Amino acid sequence: MSFPWAEEYRPKHPLMRWLDERLPLPRLVHGAVGGGYPVPRNLNYFWNFGVLAGLALTIQIVTGIVLAMHYTPSGDMAFNSVEHIMRDVNQGWLLRYAHANGASFFFIVTYVHIFRGMYYGSYKAPRELVWMLGLVILLLMMATAFMGYVLPWGQMSFWGAKVITGLFSAIPLVGESVQKWLLGGYAPDEATLNRFFSLHYLLPFVIAGVVILHIWALHIPGSSNPTGVEVKTAEDTVPFHPYYTAKDGFGAGIFLILLAFVTFFLPNYLGHADNYIPANPLSTPAEIVPEWYFWPFYAILRSFTSDFLLPAKLWGVLAMFGAILLLFFLPWLDPSPVRSGSYRPTFRWFFWILVGDVLVLGYCGGSPPEEPFVMISQLATMYYFAHFLIVLPILSWVEKTEPLPRSISESVLHGEHAEAAPAHLGGISPAAAE
Amino acid sequence: MATVEQSDGTLGAAPEAGVRRRDFINIAAVSFAGVGGVAILYPLINQMNPSADVLALASIEVDLSSIKPGQAIKTMFRKQPLFVRHLTPQEIQAANAVPMSELRDPQTLAERTKPGKAQWLITMGVCTHLGCVPLGASDGETRGPFGGYFCPCHGSMYDTAARIRKGPAPRNLEVPDYNFKSATIVEVGKVAK
Repeated sequence: MSFPWAEEYRPKHPLMRWLDERLPLPRLVHGAVGGGYPVPRNLNYFWNFGVLAGLALTIQIVTGIVLAMHYTPSGDMAFNSVEHIMRDVNQGWLLRYAHANGASFFFIVTYVHIFRGMYYGSYKAPRELVWMLGLVILLLMMATAFMGYVLPWGQMSFWGAKVITGLFSAIPLVGESVQKWLLGGYAPDEATLNRFFSLHYLLPFVIAGVVILHIWALHIPGSSNPTGVEVKTAEDTVPFHPYYTAKDGFGAGIFLILLAFVTFFLPNYLGHADNYIPANPLSTPAEIVPEWYFWPFYAILRSFTSDFLLPAKLWGVLAMFGAILLLFFLPWLDPSPVRSGSYRPTFRWFFWILVGDVLVLGYCGGSPPEEPFVMISQLATMYYFAHFLIVLPILSWVEKTEPLPRSISESVLHGEHAEAAPAHLGGISPAAAE
Repeated sequence: MATVEQSDGTLGAAPEAGVRRRDFINIAAVSFAGVGGVAILYPLINQMNPSADVLALASIEVDLSSIKPGQAIKTMFRKQPLFVRHLTPQEIQAANAVPMSELRDPQTLAERTKPGKAQWLITMGVCTHLGCVPLGASDGETRGPFGGYFCPCHGSMYDTAARIRKGPAPRNLEVPDYNFKSATIVEVGKVAK
């Protein structure tokens, strides 16, 4: 599915014609990420982050497969096998540091990708399923990352596994049984480690499968763009290749430089020192904190401190999962007909308040559970839910939006004021034709 | 592969002037990415080579002082059996008496031992036929009709210099690299410095 002006795949070489008649794989690639996929001509650099997430997934799968060649998922051996990777295996240190920091970078680009979708209204019709499939990927990523963090079998691995599976014990009646079922015992042990390793290896391929659905669903209406105005004519688009392969290639270069910098110079900056202590079921670390990418959700979990009809713990668990499940309803919570935040002056304010709110939640989630952080996370949690359940629905009624350009090419070709780059970001100009 | 069709003459020089600026940038960028991709392959492939802890066991020391003439010991070298045998003068004589023309894999005992140490026969305990462990290194095991080693799998027979004499094996038992660190200590896995 594409625009009628999409360039058709015409193989010149007889061998490619032969292949095309039998297995039209090059035709598929041409239509998906080649010259046959017309893309709005005004995408800014925030549109790089989908491709970057795909690149991060690839890095994780490749480094993960080779790490699995040296890792032993057993209580006695797991910690030592990770040290064996660090000290004995050829370039094992590089592969493990690339994998651990690759996970962090995967989350960074994914979170930017999600906030880009929120700012520019990419979740709105007809792209609701693209958005929802993306959220499925986020949930799978979280499960995968959590289980991966358990594998080195350090103190944080062990106690993180205990705390997170302990969340399920908050479910009334069946909670305790569910936790025992997840762990394969009463506390994380041999059985837990083996099943987490098995699933940690499986889930990335499930993610890859959902990514294909995500891209497939995206390519039906085609990519959104900073104006939020749909593509109308051939003038509004350029072929994905070479225009966006080049632009994404540039972004990938920056991404890889940053990943390499952290991997080589700050490899443990994003990790927790306690995870270099072997797991000990008899000694709890002073404070248990998850990896940074879970901090906002951890803060929501911990912000419920007193029982109200239900136990506080259950409220925390419901709110934490609710914080993501809520996003599945975003396309209907925000029925404003204008997609892009660039033409919604009031929405823009609230959007940046939400970004700040999530950053505050993240900071509190990484801090010890004491005042003032508890109070701050409670307020921030309140705003988080209010933003989606109250602010967005009301805004879509009362907000006076700015006039939209008639078309993408009009916005690109007729002056900066019509362009969609958010000025307070330094006004990144779209890739306009000279 | 991908070239940008640019009919617009304002960018770069005219086509007939040779390589356009954009062609150069394109080829340079793709080549650079290619070099980077190949560089990334190195750790991904090299991680499968023996790791440092495996290599650390790549040489072992064997103490010969307790092995009496006529005796042999079996030990492990690189996860495979290693035979260390103290030959008696009769066995050395028997090995030296064999004419080269009778041998499938002609080698003298002197070639298979160190100078002045002809009584110390150090070989891998791996039959060169299909990799079984031959008998004859432990007390009470049969040494076969040639007095060396006998492989029970397919009946390969080795003489007192561990040379193949009869049976399906194509070569003599392999002699690993080793050197005498002292009169009674042998370092297997390293040649003398």
